[in-house]
Amino acid sequence: MMFLKKAMRSLSAVAITAGVLLSPGAMAFNLFGDTIKVGVLHSLSGTMAISETTLKDTMLMLIEEQNAKGGLLGKKLEAVVVDPASNWPLFAEKARGLLTQDKVDVMFGCWTSVSRKSVLPVIEELNGLLFYPVQYEGEESSKNVFYTGAAPNQQAIPAVDYLMNDIGVKRWVLAGTDYVYPRTTNKILEAYLKLKGVADEDIMINYTPFGHSDWQSIVADVKKFGSAGKKTAVVSTINGDANVPFYKELGNQGVSADDIPVIAFSVGEEELSGLDTKPLVGHLAAWNYFMSVDAPENAAFIKKWHAFIKDPKRVTNDPMEAHYIGFNMWVKAVEKAGTTDVDAVEQAMLGIKFPNLTGGMAVMNSNHHLSKPVLIGEIQEDGQLETVWETDGLVWGDAWTDYLPGSKDIVANWRPNMRCGNYNTKTHKCSGQNF
Amino acid sequence: MTIRVIVISMMLGLCPITWADSHDLNVTVAVTGPKDKTSGFKALVSQLSVKSLSKKKITVEAIVKLENDRVRSLLEALLEARLFYGKAAPHPIYIVEVVDQGYQLTDAVSGQSLGIVAKKSIKKVRINNRLRRLIRGALAQKDLRAADPSVRLQAVHTMSKNMTPAVVALFRETSKHERDEDIQLLMLAAVANADLTATDGAVRLAAIKVLAKTMQVEYVSTLKGLLGVDAEGIYSESDRQVITAAKQAIKEIESRISWYENIQTLFFGLSLGSVLVLAAIGLAITFGVMGVINMAHGELIMLGAYTTYVVQLLMPEQLELSLFIAIPAAFIVSGLCGILIERGVIRHLTGRPLETLLATFGISLVLQQLVRSVFSPLNRSVSTPQWMSGSIDFNPVLSLTLNRLYILAFTLLVFFVLLMILKRTRLGLEVRAVSQNRAMAKAMGIKTERVDALTFGLGSGVAGLAGVALSQLTNVGPNLGQSYIVDSFMVVVFGGAGNLLGTLISGFSLGVATKFIEPYAGAVLAKILVLVFIIIFIQKRPRGLFPQKGRAAEG
Repeated sequence: MMFLKKAMRSLSAVAITAGVLLSPGAMAFNLFGDTIKVGVLHSLSGTMAISETTLKDTMLMLIEEQNAKGGLLGKKLEAVVVDPASNWPLFAEKARGLLTQDKVDVMFGCWTSVSRKSVLPVIEELNGLLFYPVQYEGEESSKNVFYTGAAPNQQAIPAVDYLMNDIGVKRWVLAGTDYVYPRTTNKILEAYLKLKGVADEDIMINYTPFGHSDWQSIVADVKKFGSAGKKTAVVSTINGDANVPFYKELGNQGVSADDIPVIAFSVGEEELSGLDTKPLVGHLAAWNYFMSVDAPENAAFIKKWHAFIKDPKRVTNDPMEAHYIGFNMWVKAVEKAGTTDVDAVEQAMLGIKFPNLTGGMAVMNSNHHLSKPVLIGEIQEDGQLETVWETDGLVWGDAWTDYLPGSKDIVANWRPNMRCGNYNTKTHKCSGQNF
Repeated sequence: MTIRVIVISMMLGLCPITWADSHDLNVTVAVTGPKDKTSGFKALVSQLSVKSLSKKKITVEAIVKLENDRVRSLLEALLEARLFYGKAAPHPIYIVEVVDQGYQLTDAVSGQSLGIVAKKSIKKVRINNRLRRLIRGALAQKDLRAADPSVRLQAVHTMSKNMTPAVVALFRETSKHERDEDIQLLMLAAVANADLTATDGAVRLAAIKVLAKTMQVEYVSTLKGLLGVDAEGIYSESDRQVITAAKQAIKEIESRISWYENIQTLFFGLSLGSVLVLAAIGLAITFGVMGVINMAHGELIMLGAYTTYVVQLLMPEQLELSLFIAIPAAFIVSGLCGILIERGVIRHLTGRPLETLLATFGISLVLQQLVRSVFSPLNRSVSTPQWMSGSIDFNPVLSLTLNRLYILAFTLLVFFVLLMILKRTRLGLEVRAVSQNRAMAKAMGIKTERVDALTFGLGSGVAGLAGVALSQLTNVGPNLGQSYIVDSFMVVVFGGAGNLLGTLISGFSLGVATKFIEPYAGAVLAKILVLVFIIIFIQKRPRGLFPQKGRAAEG
């Protein structure tokens, strides 16, 4: 037992050192006394570290930049970085810690929907403020959350429209990882496809566990499904690590993008940088931002990012843009409200505009979702996504989809005249359920 | 202006073109004059630097129809993303080879070599899926006349993905001169598939007879289309003979397909099994033979995968050979790490399984975070050598992917080498002696501590080998090990601890079972069912498939 104690002590010492090393911003401005605290709630270890570490760095960069501009309301911003370690209940605990002990004024964080759902009751109870930067399944609008990623109608629906109208796809494989985001998105897509007259037998739905690595039979099934003489496409909500073996298997079984294109909602530049992209060329991804977009704001952002991270090979991606927009909007709202008080900032946020990185203007709508452009890109050899199609203008983020029976009649509006995240237009009631 | 005239005249002249029409091409060229043959090509090529993809498509459509020796290399370069243009005003087009110092340029029009330039000075000509399909179709059409039958076969495959009336006509014509039977049948089947809509009943009947010999899923669905019934149950097809023939043909094709599908599923199962065996066999030695519960086994696999990554990083030129270097390197890295763990931690905890479990679990976390700090938390990209990519296609249904095939062979090789080490060498004898009766072995003069370290090193080294194989299949990231540790223990426990053959058989049978359940139950449920089965099995036979017998079993 002595040894074990020793081992545990040294282990925790390692963990603490690692934590400090990983979060250089954590104690940066403590000496200045009066600061505005910004909580960063992203996993730095565990499964999601792959995606979330980058967002933590993005936040540190944005905060550093704001401080260089003279801070906010005459005060310095201070980043409080915590590591919820890809452990969903720990997200709630860490959020509580940030709000009650560190007394942060705002939080930027979460990636998976599970982590957001776990934080939600805490921030609603303690009246915190969270900016959530990732594309998600919708069906939610909380007073205390601003959703800067895409709602289904800003990613999934336009992607399906593109395949249907521009590529002429008639048969659909909806493949996803088995958890809330793919399941809800696929439910919405299935309803939408049926509305568009796609028959039951032309839709194949498949779920796989997290981190699934043996795709042989599923790819063979897709191949078989796709050889029925009608143009077939795969709409992929496969998340995280499972994508690499999936694409590898596609390449090995000779499924090229010409035959059966795969359009992915969770594969961006960051994920592609860990992949041998040769067999993937031509497959698609739908996002609101691509690193390859030719816009001056984007070029400036990439330059800043490379300077901050000290690695010219690092890529930028959609959730980073979401944090960029979210953070700058929050800064503007705080300036407008003249305080960091959550209720005042929340009201000031509505209608705030800030230029996005693709040359347009992002607007925060009264349902706490952004208006964004939708881009469809093809994967290139160098791991970049080249835009092949985009929406004419901005698409308004719809918190409650119009294609599911339960959510059709529900709207969210946080303006003073309604102040409800789930108002039923039929019964004229706000159910009071916030998530 | 002239450029536009050429493009438009080509489009007009070639509007009703069929794939085989080279006469029309000559006509068009004649319009612009024989001397313009190259200048027309030159003008079109220079158009490729435009950004608009739809304009580029018009240009490529025109280029495709030219009879110029340079067209082929140009199109291939465009398809393989080796076509670049100069950033300066006339935007000359280059075909590029990547070399050490930068890009080796070749003029796309003349084919002259232009020396080496830095990577930043030129830009890639971007294309999209439509252009890729267009180019592949055009190249395939040219390949249809190739001397090599395998090239022709590939060409027919590519073209039959996109059957237009023009392709049907071309196949009808070319199939008459085709000497290779397989290729001929492929073309005839594609033609027959189109003939199913013919007005003449006899033609339809003949087409069905051809299709009955094939095994493409696609043709089953067109044949089924013939059997459509209206609301009153009356066939839309008027010819009774056609209906019976079509029913018969569908039956024949489907039985053929299902036979090969079963073979394919078996292969999928064996291949999944081989991965399980490879991941578990190192554990079979450390857990099975030594009785040490090593929770860091997965991380030793991960170290092997990262070794592969580092080896590829060190020798970017010899990508094809990198795996052969990575195999011994990974064995040594993981093996040494294993010996270190044994000497540093496990040795002090002999006979205390719970403490060993916790300590090795701690080590696994340390190793994960170490990799995160050294290599970043992001996945690393490990390239697959050319000889391991792609698949062997036996027929439209059965194709075996090469990487899986190699890994299957590698697993069997590793297994037999390990078996030989344990059965035929001095070390193996000592290992078995120590595992059966430690005290007695010690009394006989065996240095048990040295044997322990070497055994653990051997098991860990084999985990490293598994890492090399897995780097070719899945992510190389800090979490690689975690996803295999549970499966590995499952295989070892199911097979019977301390029995290598048991591990092999249990891995393969679990793999095959999973793959046969998967089509019916889905991947999630299949995994659950297999787990439930193992739990029940272990309840009935706690010592696994092949329990150790005799005195060794009591230890």
